[in-house]
Amino acid sequence: MRKSDPWLRASALVAYAFLYVPLAIVVVYSFNDSRLNAEWVGFTLDWYRKLAGDGAMIAAAGNSLVIGISASVVSTVLGTMAGVAMHRYRLRVLPLLILAPIAIPEILTGVSLLIFFVMLNVTLGLVSVAIAHITFCIGFVAIVVRARLAGMDETLTEAARDCGASPWNAFRYVTLPLIMPGVIAGALMAFTLSIDDFVITFFTAGAGTITLPLQIYSMIKISVTPEVNAVSTLLMLLTLVLIIAAARISPTLLRSTQESTS
Amino acid sequence: MVSGPPLAFLLVFFAAPTLIMVLASFRSPGEFGGLAPLVDASGRIDLNVDGYARLVTEPVFAQVFVKSAGYAALTTLVCLLLGYPLATLIARSAKKHRDLLLLLVILPFWSNFLIRIYAWMIILGPNAALARLVNRALAAFGADPVPLLFSAFAVLVCLVYVSLPFMVLPLYANLEKHDRTLLDAAQDLGANAWQRFWRITFPLSLPGVYAGAALVFIPALGVFAIPDILGGPDDTLIGNLIKQQFLETRDWPFGSVLSIVLTAAALALAGGATWVARRSGGASRA
Amino acid sequence: MALLDIKGVTRRFGEFTAVDNVSLSVEAGEFFTLLGPSGCGKTTLLRMIAGFDLPDAGSVLLDGEDLAHRPPEARPVRTVFQSYALFPHMTVEGNVAFPLQMAKVPPRDRPQRIAAALEDVRLTGYDKRFPHELSGGQKQRVAVARALVTHPAVLLLDEPLAALDAKLREELQIELINLQKEVGIAFVYVTHDQTEALALSHRIAVMNHGRVEQLDVPSRIYGFPNSRFVADFIGQCNLYSGQVVARDGTIVAIDVPSLGPVRVATRSEPALGSSGTIALRPEQIRIAAGAPADAPGNHYRGTVADLLYMGDVTVYKVETSGGSRIEALLANSQGGGAKFFEVGDQVEMSWPVDAGHFIAG
Repeated sequence: MRKSDPWLRASALVAYAFLYVPLAIVVVYSFNDSRLNAEWVGFTLDWYRKLAGDGAMIAAAGNSLVIGISASVVSTVLGTMAGVAMHRYRLRVLPLLILAPIAIPEILTGVSLLIFFVMLNVTLGLVSVAIAHITFCIGFVAIVVRARLAGMDETLTEAARDCGASPWNAFRYVTLPLIMPGVIAGALMAFTLSIDDFVITFFTAGAGTITLPLQIYSMIKISVTPEVNAVSTLLMLLTLVLIIAAARISPTLLRSTQESTS
Repeated sequence: MVSGPPLAFLLVFFAAPTLIMVLASFRSPGEFGGLAPLVDASGRIDLNVDGYARLVTEPVFAQVFVKSAGYAALTTLVCLLLGYPLATLIARSAKKHRDLLLLLVILPFWSNFLIRIYAWMIILGPNAALARLVNRALAAFGADPVPLLFSAFAVLVCLVYVSLPFMVLPLYANLEKHDRTLLDAAQDLGANAWQRFWRITFPLSLPGVYAGAALVFIPALGVFAIPDILGGPDDTLIGNLIKQQFLETRDWPFGSVLSIVLTAAALALAGGATWVARRSGGASRA
Repeated sequence: MALLDIKGVTRRFGEFTAVDNVSLSVEAGEFFTLLGPSGCGKTTLLRMIAGFDLPDAGSVLLDGEDLAHRPPEARPVRTVFQSYALFPHMTVEGNVAFPLQMAKVPPRDRPQRIAAALEDVRLTGYDKRFPHELSGGQKQRVAVARALVTHPAVLLLDEPLAALDAKLREELQIELINLQKEVGIAFVYVTHDQTEALALSHRIAVMNHGRVEQLDVPSRIYGFPNSRFVADFIGQCNLYSGQVVARDGTIVAIDVPSLGPVRVATRSEPALGSSGTIALRPEQIRIAAGAPADAPGNHYRGTVADLLYMGDVTVYKVETSGGSRIEALLANSQGGGAKFFEVGDQVEMSWPVDAGHFIAG
């Protein structure tokens, strides 16, 4: 090992602390028996109890769930198709359309969809938010599915055809089962992205529809309250479970998240 | 065939809205917000470049763009300084630990964006330990207390916080590919640790640096939630301006103008970074 | 009418012609081999028979029917892939059942047919295993069973033994010969390994640059190559080219530079002054310390320049006084299996006129 290593370790430790201490504080204070998120007073579950009785928050969670499930189902189907298409053919337009919503600043997707929906007289609400989420989730699913396909032996599809399977049956009985881990991982990612999205939802939700992130936003704009810590902790737990599940199902996930960011 | 449905969906819900926004930037604002009719009362098609002209004639907008670029640049620099050692450590660690170390960098990226902003509201809050400590220290030197929250400092810290993974990942991807025997060779030829870093490692990692810089700079340029929640009155960035145009003053044409200029800037930067990275990548291979 | 007819098939990839106007036919029950170096077009030809690729010109006929409009799944041919392409998410049973399922064979008839196919390849009892639990040889057998279970008219095998080690390969070669005899299905076998082709086939088509160089039974391919390429590709061969300088009945003399006249028996009647090549197998050359007692057609003296001792035989590279090199092979038949000569030894080489084979041009 080299001489620079202790320095390296120390600075990396600082970086990891920087990444995790803020989140840890949110979690710890969600159990703190004080209205002020300032110092530790004592352990309580009051904020979770308060959360359970918060009708607005529960309604928002319900909306998020409905949007998350419908957005992840649709984007998984479309994203899988896109992933398969991009794997099989040398396409130009589709990869561009797939990656653009991920690459440009979120606010642009949000405002352009806002204009679009209003011009078409589409009432802003659950449907418009779900559509907005699908546009950027398709790309993540497509990337994971394509990574999975790239790791698959191409002759297996040929072998299926050779055994008498039509193109559809070859896909259904051979390709699909083999890329299923990628598809499931993609679906979990899409669900997580949808549940967590704030910026695009902010522009496409309209006045009447509140999702969990929108509810958190309106609460923290007014004041800091440990009830937000409690809901944040639950949301982080959900995300963590989903992402770890996705990573376990598809080891390529880690690599494809990297790929999508580089 | 299989590309049909996703292609159709994205053409309708991504390409069309983007084109509509481009068109909207040349139209007039409606009397009660939104857009004025495309064909006005006298039967004339109403398209103009008033919005773009405003950008030039009213210096306040140029100032916001410059300020946004400044925040984004500072964020990029701090991310580079924090991210480089981290990426180096991960790239040099044993293979079996790498995935875990990498996952630890990615995980915060998957937690809710608002929660990550909220965490800094707590840390920087006026009653929190950090603010009290800082202000006690300032008082000892006889200075006036400063608020940490609702300040440019809060905005920058949080920008760095949410952007760091985007710097570390491409840097790691680059550093991981480095041939360690190059460093041994340099050492053998008499280079000390510092010289080895500046003459070998850093030049070879430039493609990763450019990629990371683009991935941090571009989203930071368009951010609105962070200054909206953590910033003070002076911390209005392009993102906030766009949000104002669409949701408060309801001047859609001008909001579209700002969005398009932001998109153009983002695409130019992304293209530029790719070009520079490819060039330096080619040079380092040669 | 032949079972499988390839008529004037051509396939181009851009500027490159992978298969160039190939015509051949495979009879029912035949073990037919496409042999050639990599890039000679043999695999492309196989893929066109299977339906994974279509010819740019010409046609593939099965029982007289043009297969052009039939996708792979609708052709009564099956392929054993080089990588075996076993479905990793299915058991051995699932893999072998798949073609039956696709052919809509009633489920109650399947177990018996699967069992029969697995018995054919001596894999009874392995039905619940997954491909990753099998050895290379076992995977190969599953691939064969899967391809045979629907009794195709033709079985296509794409270098099916290439991934296996030499010993296992020999064992499976014998199994393939017996299996083919037993099931009576025509095999079209692709390989780049000439010994494998010679050992297995009823007939061999030697391919080079997309064309069939020679199509014949193994012994004639080996003994009477019709081109320099075939002579050189099949086994070791001394090749001597020169002008025909004399002709006496069926015996022709060729003047080989740096070696002198070489005499060879041929039924073709090359004109004096035309050029020709003599192909001479190393094992047909007699190599001895003293001059031969009889009067052989050809006789040269030389010095052992290099040698390769291989245990059962030794390959001697002998340099003649003219500077020509002759490769001769001699069994190490004396007690102890020691070689007869050392580098630098003077040796006498001779061969009768009917040992070599004359190739015009």
